[in-house]
Amino acid sequence: MRAPDTILPLELERVGFAVGGRPLLDDITLRLEAGVRTIILGPNGAGKSLLLRLCHGLLAPSDGSVRWHGAMAGEPVRRRQAMVFQRPVLLRRSAVANVRYVLALGGVPWRRRGALAMEALERFGLAALAQRPARVLSGGEQQRLALARAWAAGPDVLFLDEPTSALDPAAALSVEMAVQEFHASGTKIVMTTHDLGQARRLADEVVFLSRGRLVELAPAVEFFKGPASPQARAFLAGELVC
Amino acid sequence: MSDLSQALSLALELVVTLDPQMLGIVRLSVLVSGSAVLLAALIGLPLGAVLALSAFPGRGALVVMLNAFMGLPPVVVGLGVYLLLSRAGPLGEAGLLFTPAAMVVAQTLLVLPIVAALSRQVVADLWEEYGEQLRSLGVSGLGRMATLLWDGRFSLLTAVLAGFGRAAAEVGAVMIVGGNIKGVTRTMTTTIALETSKGDLALALGLGLILIALVTGVNAAVFLVGQWARRRMG
Repeated sequence: MRAPDTILPLELERVGFAVGGRPLLDDITLRLEAGVRTIILGPNGAGKSLLLRLCHGLLAPSDGSVRWHGAMAGEPVRRRQAMVFQRPVLLRRSAVANVRYVLALGGVPWRRRGALAMEALERFGLAALAQRPARVLSGGEQQRLALARAWAAGPDVLFLDEPTSALDPAAALSVEMAVQEFHASGTKIVMTTHDLGQARRLADEVVFLSRGRLVELAPAVEFFKGPASPQARAFLAGELVC
Repeated sequence: MSDLSQALSLALELVVTLDPQMLGIVRLSVLVSGSAVLLAALIGLPLGAVLALSAFPGRGALVVMLNAFMGLPPVVVGLGVYLLLSRAGPLGEAGLLFTPAAMVVAQTLLVLPIVAALSRQVVADLWEEYGEQLRSLGVSGLGRMATLLWDGRFSLLTAVLAGFGRAAAEVGAVMIVGGNIKGVTRTMTTTIALETSKGDLALALGLGLILIALVTGVNAAVFLVGQWARRRMG
């Protein structure tokens, strides 16, 4: 059976997520298309990270459904997504071995892994650090390694959960450039951030959440020029919203 | 007092001259405890990983039991293995009682709970940190175990060496199932017990010194490996 060319679009229908009866996300319906960089914005506790995890399948919704390309779900679909976390979780081995690990998971033959891993490291400026233990790299290098690892997996979709919030500006910029590389290569970007400047630089489309609800889904230009909702207006004006 | 100093100088002489009888005893001890720890690691590491990563009915009870069995009295294990291996016992046909093999079996049972319980803890702690990432990467159950066992390799080495320390130092189990037969099943600890009761303190003290040196050496190795790993691997 041949897999379709892309697992997108991603459709959420009336998705809710509750813990102990307390709804953390409620009634989210949205559709994310290929080729568009989607940035999820919202105040702290709005449910941004939660929404990413539901999309990626790390959490199962309590209500509603998450569908990839109509109906597909399960492990083959997961394999075509990658996620970069706020704090990268790297294995206790060398940088290049971290990338090889993902290639092995993807069924790449042993002989080709070395070259592919080096290619991914080079792309993110890590070639010189290939043999260094991943855990002793700097924060920015670790995050770039997490991106290189995701790159090696060749995903259709890349989720990023506040990937630069623990980094200094220079390291954050290199992560942004990496995100652009993914976008240019055709990988769908879905990213949360609380850095509005970063959102303006990267977003094609904005998903705005507040108190666990989807308040706006708009093209970035429109959203930043004139948000439709009072919550988003207040958020962009830097007021305290919750 | 002079008895003691005389015994001590005789003991040192035995150690320094590498007395062949004493070396044979040390060799058997290390072989038996080493084999037991190897077997316990082969079973205990995967067992610990399974207990850490999978949910099944009775898992909690098993974990509690394993933790409790870390302090199992060696004589009780010895008695159990003795009953299993004695002529009338269920495994009596094999004729293993009073052989080094029986001692390996007893010490394996003694060390297994330590290795399994500690590696369960190590793997469970790692899963806290790695869980989401490994699920995101789509790593299967077996792959998760292999990955976490490998990434916990330095902590697990500590668990295994702790098991070795316990095996090398215990006397009850090997005494009962080995029988303390001269030249066949006599280990450092059983020799110490026997020679002390006979009043021949030199050999007992000599072996005691070697035993302490061995256990200290193993612990120093654990310490150094841990330090090196933290520096190198983060």
